[in-house]
Amino acid sequence: MTTYETVFIMNPVLSEDQVKETVKKFVDQIKANKGKITNEENWGLKKLKYAIQKKKTGFYNLIEFQADGQMINDFEVELKRDERVIRWQTVKLEKFALAYADRRKKKLSTNSKTE
Amino acid sequence: MGNKTDIQYLAPVDIELRQQNKYCRFKKMGIDYIDYKDSEFLMRFLNAQGKILPRRITGNSLKFQRRLAVAVKRARQIALLPYVADNLK
Repeated sequence: MTTYETVFIMNPVLSEDQVKETVKKFVDQIKANKGKITNEENWGLKKLKYAIQKKKTGFYNLIEFQADGQMINDFEVELKRDERVIRWQTVKLEKFALAYADRRKKKLSTNSKTE
Repeated sequence: MGNKTDIQYLAPVDIELRQQNKYCRFKKMGIDYIDYKDSEFLMRFLNAQGKILPRRITGNSLKFQRRLAVAVKRARQIALLPYVADNLK
């Protein structure tokens, strides 16, 4: 079960509960495919550094989950098909990235020297 | 006639311009993973136009410069860093 981390940006015109509902939809899809959510962050409305689909801001959301590789393809197809999501990026977390993610979760200082 | 106080140097004084010994800041601070999500940290390695600074300027080691490039490109993908900018700083 490798760990993945997906950051996706949602359309700013959505209302608060539509954003929640979108996130819930993807979380449920991960759970349905026997994945396990290890971390979830909502960065809220942020200004984009360049316009995506003529929009200057977007709702950022991060989901860190453990799953096996096969389900990533149809997870991304789902992300692509959903119009509310305007941009997403799935990253596989390796050795150092995993340690970093754990430190980040516990809000420690994020470089290993000071442990 | 140059007056007394006007000192003329025959040989040009060599001013040490280059920063003494450049060091790789990742090795020194023990950072082993460059996170693509914190854009303030990555911003230091971009110039005003949003381009990645070369190693000879930042002094990074080859290993970390490559990881930095990957992180910056990922950050650009999710609009945390611009592809091109005119007044980034």
